[in-house]
Amino acid sequence: MAGLAASFGSGAMTNSIGEVEKADTIFVTGSNTTEAHPVIASKMKKAVKNGTNLIVADPRNIGLTEAADIAVTQKPGTDIALLNGLMHVIIKEELYAEEYVEERTENFADLKEAVKEYTPEKVEEITGVAAEDVIEMARTYASVDRAAIYYAMGITQHKSGTANVFAIANLAMLTGNVGKEGTGVNPLRGQNNVQGACDLGGLPNVYPGYQSVEEPELKEKFENAWGVDELSAEAGLTVVEMINKAADGELRGLYVMGENPVLSDPDQQHVEEALEAVEFLVVQDIFLTETAEFADVVLPAACFAEKDGTFTNSERRVQFVNKAVDAPGEAMTDWQIFCELAKRMGYEMDYSSAAEIMAEIAEVTPIYGGISYDRLEDEELQWPCTDQDDPGTKFLHQGEFAHGKGIFHPVEHIAPVEAADDEYSYIMMTGRMLYHFHGGSMTRRSAAVDQHEPDAYVEINVEDAKELGIEDGDRVKVASRRGEVETYARIGSIVKPGEVFMPFHYAESPANRLTNAELDPIAKIPEYKVSAVKVEKV
Amino acid sequence: MEQSIYRSHILICGGTGCVSSGCKEVRSSLEDELARHDLEDEIKVLETGCHGFCEKGPLIIVYPESVFYCELKPENMEKLVEEHILKGKIVEEFLYQEPVTNESVRSYKDIDFYKKQERNALANCGHIDPEEIEEYIATGGYQAIGKALTEMTPQEVIDEVKDSGLRGRGGGGFPAGLKWQFASEAEGDKKYVICNADEGDPGAFMDRSLLEGDPHRIIEGMVIAAYAIGADEGYVYVRAEYPLAIKRLRIAIEEAEEYGLLGDNLFGTDFNFDLHIKEGAGAFVCGEETALMASIEGKRGMPRPRPPFPAQKGLWGKPSNINNVETYANVPDVIQDGAETYKQVGTEGSTGTKVFALTGKINNTGLAEVPMGITMREIIYDIGGGINDGKEFKAVQIGGPSGGCLPEDKLDLTIDYDSLLEVGAMMGSGGLVVMDEDTCMVDVSRFFLDFTQSESCGKCTPCRVGTKQMLDILERITTGEGQEGDIELLEELAENIKSTSLCGLGQTAPNPVLSTLRYFRDEYEAHIYEQNCPAGACEELLGAYVIDGEACVGCTACTDACPVDAISGEAKEEHQIDEDACIACGACVEKCPVDAITQ
Amino acid sequence: MDTITVTIDGQQVEVDQQATLLDAANKLDIEIPTLCYHPDLTLHGSCRICVVEDAESGNLLASCATPVTDGMKIKTASDKVITARKMNLELLLSDHPNDCMTCEADGACELQELVYEYGVTEPSFGLMEEQKFEVKNENPFIEFDQNKCILCGKCVRVDNEVQCSGAIDFTERGFQSKVGVPFDQDLGADHSSCVFCGQCVEMCPTGALTYKPAKGLGREYELESVQTTCPYCGVGCQIELKVKDNKIVKVGSVYQEDSPNPIGETCVKGRFAYDFVDHPERLTKPLIKKDGEFEEASWDEALDYVADKLTTITEEDGGEAVAALTSARCTNEENYLLQKFMRGVVGTNSIDHCARL
Repeated sequence: MAGLAASFGSGAMTNSIGEVEKADTIFVTGSNTTEAHPVIASKMKKAVKNGTNLIVADPRNIGLTEAADIAVTQKPGTDIALLNGLMHVIIKEELYAEEYVEERTENFADLKEAVKEYTPEKVEEITGVAAEDVIEMARTYASVDRAAIYYAMGITQHKSGTANVFAIANLAMLTGNVGKEGTGVNPLRGQNNVQGACDLGGLPNVYPGYQSVEEPELKEKFENAWGVDELSAEAGLTVVEMINKAADGELRGLYVMGENPVLSDPDQQHVEEALEAVEFLVVQDIFLTETAEFADVVLPAACFAEKDGTFTNSERRVQFVNKAVDAPGEAMTDWQIFCELAKRMGYEMDYSSAAEIMAEIAEVTPIYGGISYDRLEDEELQWPCTDQDDPGTKFLHQGEFAHGKGIFHPVEHIAPVEAADDEYSYIMMTGRMLYHFHGGSMTRRSAAVDQHEPDAYVEINVEDAKELGIEDGDRVKVASRRGEVETYARIGSIVKPGEVFMPFHYAESPANRLTNAELDPIAKIPEYKVSAVKVEKV
Repeated sequence: MEQSIYRSHILICGGTGCVSSGCKEVRSSLEDELARHDLEDEIKVLETGCHGFCEKGPLIIVYPESVFYCELKPENMEKLVEEHILKGKIVEEFLYQEPVTNESVRSYKDIDFYKKQERNALANCGHIDPEEIEEYIATGGYQAIGKALTEMTPQEVIDEVKDSGLRGRGGGGFPAGLKWQFASEAEGDKKYVICNADEGDPGAFMDRSLLEGDPHRIIEGMVIAAYAIGADEGYVYVRAEYPLAIKRLRIAIEEAEEYGLLGDNLFGTDFNFDLHIKEGAGAFVCGEETALMASIEGKRGMPRPRPPFPAQKGLWGKPSNINNVETYANVPDVIQDGAETYKQVGTEGSTGTKVFALTGKINNTGLAEVPMGITMREIIYDIGGGINDGKEFKAVQIGGPSGGCLPEDKLDLTIDYDSLLEVGAMMGSGGLVVMDEDTCMVDVSRFFLDFTQSESCGKCTPCRVGTKQMLDILERITTGEGQEGDIELLEELAENIKSTSLCGLGQTAPNPVLSTLRYFRDEYEAHIYEQNCPAGACEELLGAYVIDGEACVGCTACTDACPVDAISGEAKEEHQIDEDACIACGACVEKCPVDAITQ
Repeated sequence: MDTITVTIDGQQVEVDQQATLLDAANKLDIEIPTLCYHPDLTLHGSCRICVVEDAESGNLLASCATPVTDGMKIKTASDKVITARKMNLELLLSDHPNDCMTCEADGACELQELVYEYGVTEPSFGLMEEQKFEVKNENPFIEFDQNKCILCGKCVRVDNEVQCSGAIDFTERGFQSKVGVPFDQDLGADHSSCVFCGQCVEMCPTGALTYKPAKGLGREYELESVQTTCPYCGVGCQIELKVKDNKIVKVGSVYQEDSPNPIGETCVKGRFAYDFVDHPERLTKPLIKKDGEFEEASWDEALDYVADKLTTITEEDGGEAVAALTSARCTNEENYLLQKFMRGVVGTNSIDHCARL
């Protein structure tokens, strides 16, 4: 997000999901698409059947590699080296979009200089990807008319996450693959309304529509719109900062709506300590989650099937959520709860429907300016959609970037914080699996999927398993410097020797008890993808 | 040329028919004998493709005398070498004997089986070594390509084929030139020519023999077609059950590549053509062109709706021309001799010749190439030598499982595409199965339905379920369970399957039933209403056997023959058959010396 | 594009050159029954129910597969057409179990509907006497009864062309033909590449493929359908919640052009992970922790308590002493209100959510 915003001026998926099938080459990296975004993976496979080239770069032999023309397994945390290597080859072989670079970007000279030393041979040394594969990937990506990059948390959940995104953006701009149908830089959102939560001000530094809280004019605009005297002019805290401050006793109140940081945040023990320490914790959710257990007040909320509203998907498309059943017992929708609460604190929030709230959103949020419930009844709208006549935007940056010219941000390979050593000799990655979702509060309580995948597991390579004397289905203990968990072993060749993988959906074997809270300095994303661990049979 | 060195050439037929009757053993024995007499440098032994007269294999022709020996065994070789090769004396006992006159015939050309034939497509089969490209070239082979590529435009080639009246030899008889025209006009930077060598009709082996005996002719025909439509790549789809054909074709392709007759810049032009072999798994439906192409693409062999026709969207979606082996085999003559010459043979609507595979209750089974317009009677009696064991002719099934059964009064029908359709049969790929008085026509249609049912790809409703229902009814009838209304139901089903099936397999599947209903309806009725099989073939309909006590001499031959011990009686005394135990196999009848057992 | 005029049942219609007879009939609102046709899948042409008659030649043509030609005259309801459709229905019925009474698809079965409409009361070929195949239903998601399959191939096509998982395909020949799975195992078994997206079930015109969790919970015609957006990943698939008696019974596909999933695509989560909605552990009342134990409270009590507490903290230490996590799974409107509440009422910008996680 932060990386994309700096490069292009906007941090969302540049192109649309429907354009997957229009690309000549698709480059997937850091996304286990078949498990985390299965519908998009199907579109990719369909595109491959119709002649699209598919490049997959992921530390694991993920499902999509079967359909790939080239699939490589770089070492965890070496994405920048790989991406710089591709750019090295592209520049050396003059496969880049000279005219585009000239007209639409800035800072090319620095980029050229920075990637100069990333020869395929050096890249092979750092990443473990064969030099000839680096060359072939570069050619396959750069020699077509339309090449699209898709990535997910495998790119961002690193200490170097923002730098990784810079590298991706550099690659796309270098080849002219931004601002054109069937191309782009496309981060796949893991949750159905992450995009909407970001769009509507769920971030400490911006009001809805990415309007900076530090910009006096904007502050004033919102003060007027909301009828309040003085809004804070300083950016607030990010999730991990909140947890740290809470643990230090500097944060007294925490209000959590529909989140489960105990399972989803890194270094679980630390999170638990923080929640214990915070003076007043309100949790508004549909279940008594692991986080809610720590709360002082728990408010029962309605779930997606019990309310009206909108979600904004990965491709910036605003879509309806419609009420199908009544909420159980006295559970209320989240928005009604806030109206009630605000009233009690002396601020009148009076909306009779979600549609009314959207009307207010449109007034104060330029990128949502043209969105209304009336239009959504029969139109498909993707932001930016600034007024009633704006049909919305299928792909961004056509002709011009959001802030004029695209800026190359050259980046260097940075080694992950933790490396395998004698004691913690395996590198653990975390991620998703097809049958469960996030903290598991929904899927673990859905009979069919949970019956199909009832048990947590750790993926171990066959060779390592042999060495450790572990067989498929054995109970094993996985430990890091931060904690340990017990789980089942799943032996195979999805992970390479020396690497293990754990899904993070299982409360009984929480992978995040092991992960590192080390943050990316810009985006503040924890390094979930690289933790040094040891594994032993129980 | 090499040939001039040798004093004599011995051609031994190496077609699949002769291989199975032992020509390999005959050949090695012959070579041993020649070696024993130090004749290897004087006498050249050549293995050829099928000579056609499979009934009498293994076959040998000794040149330059052109003496034709047949039904040879390895142990005959000693005598043959000593008498014929060393002493120059023809060995009478190995010659062919005409069945009626018992006359020995020296040259195959004088044998009735060959006399009425017009061997054009098969001209080289049995006369050249199919694994030597030089031999094909020596007979004038590959001149037609040269002519087409250097003297004719693609359109001129197509026009010549159109003028010749050549029609597809594989099934429906669609004009080949017209098909080429469509493929030529279709837009596309990539086009294919495909040869359908997925010969699937029971008893048919024309294509196999052509591929085994003269593979270069097929290659030449395909290259010409490729030039005409603008294709640069081709496939021969040949069933894996034809290993010899595949082997020879593979050798032929390699040779042609070496000689620059396949590959890039043929005859110094900018025309390129590569040819591949694709082995099929032997599903009958893969003879259907869209299923065949699906199979080449690695998919399940299932037909798809047409249009689009292969000429518009064929293999991998590209315009493609698909003909069968025999069609391509005719092409070099059309180009080399010209359409006018080609048209001299055959009838106006059906020019040229057609190869038939003669099988069934006929004396001379084998492969015969005849001019279109010949009568069925000439094929069966003059070439085929009539019905064997002196039985009466009853019907001839023409066109395989998609064809029809014709009765005796159609024997004088002249054979061409259109006349056959009129009488409810079709040319098909050229299978001719002759049936005698002992054949039950209901059972014959049951047999064919059983075949098409199990070979149906299962895609469309009428073919998958309809043919199964027809088969069930036919099985009912042949086992004595036929009911009133069955014939009408068969007719309704047949009509529905014909008119609503997806592909040619289904649309023609009811033909054997419809044609037998048309010409032998009384037999169906006898089965249903009288519980009687007039031909005496349907076992369940035959009553138990009884022994005429007066005639029985008590020889016990029947008791010994009975496989289920249903016959009892002391020696020299009258015997009885236990009706319940009797399975009506007829073994006793054959053994009885006094014809005392009847049904 | 050039257009062509054809006459169907006496009415003229102009259609484009690529159109089929079925397209032309649809344009005239003339209904032609189909079983294997689906506009989003490749043409299959196998059921032969959509046949119509070419008035000139008298030939029967599969309307889904036959392109229009200029001046064509078509009859869609002639005796010949009706007879052929009826016989093909009888043939299908002869190879299909006669258990509509207990079949999960009853009331939503296209075969049942057509058999009824065409009055196939005494099928000429009898009914299926014994089951040809064992029902496959060991997995928790999909029951596969090959006996009920009419081989329309829609499941095979959606699996291979849309989902691209290659889990099912035609096997065997002739009357034994079936939609097969590797080694004849259950869907999702060791050698199966099935990922339980359920699109095959959505496409199935009969009861051959049905949702196991929905078994017995409601006939299709009793269910109320509500279109909504999937609650899981960020693709935002459109789905249809099918509800009976305030309970979600199953999730259906939405086929809507220009949506993220125009051919009704979903994954196993969107399709099957819905029963958390009425899970017994759902929170139904506000809870207040007293002496380390949660106690149920009224809304007034709980909200007053929260309001008081927040007011006290902000009055003492300012808004900065409070922070909020918004949710990537709540609606836009709710996220907007929470940040408005925190910024405008509590007075802090410390609002974040797990987008980074």
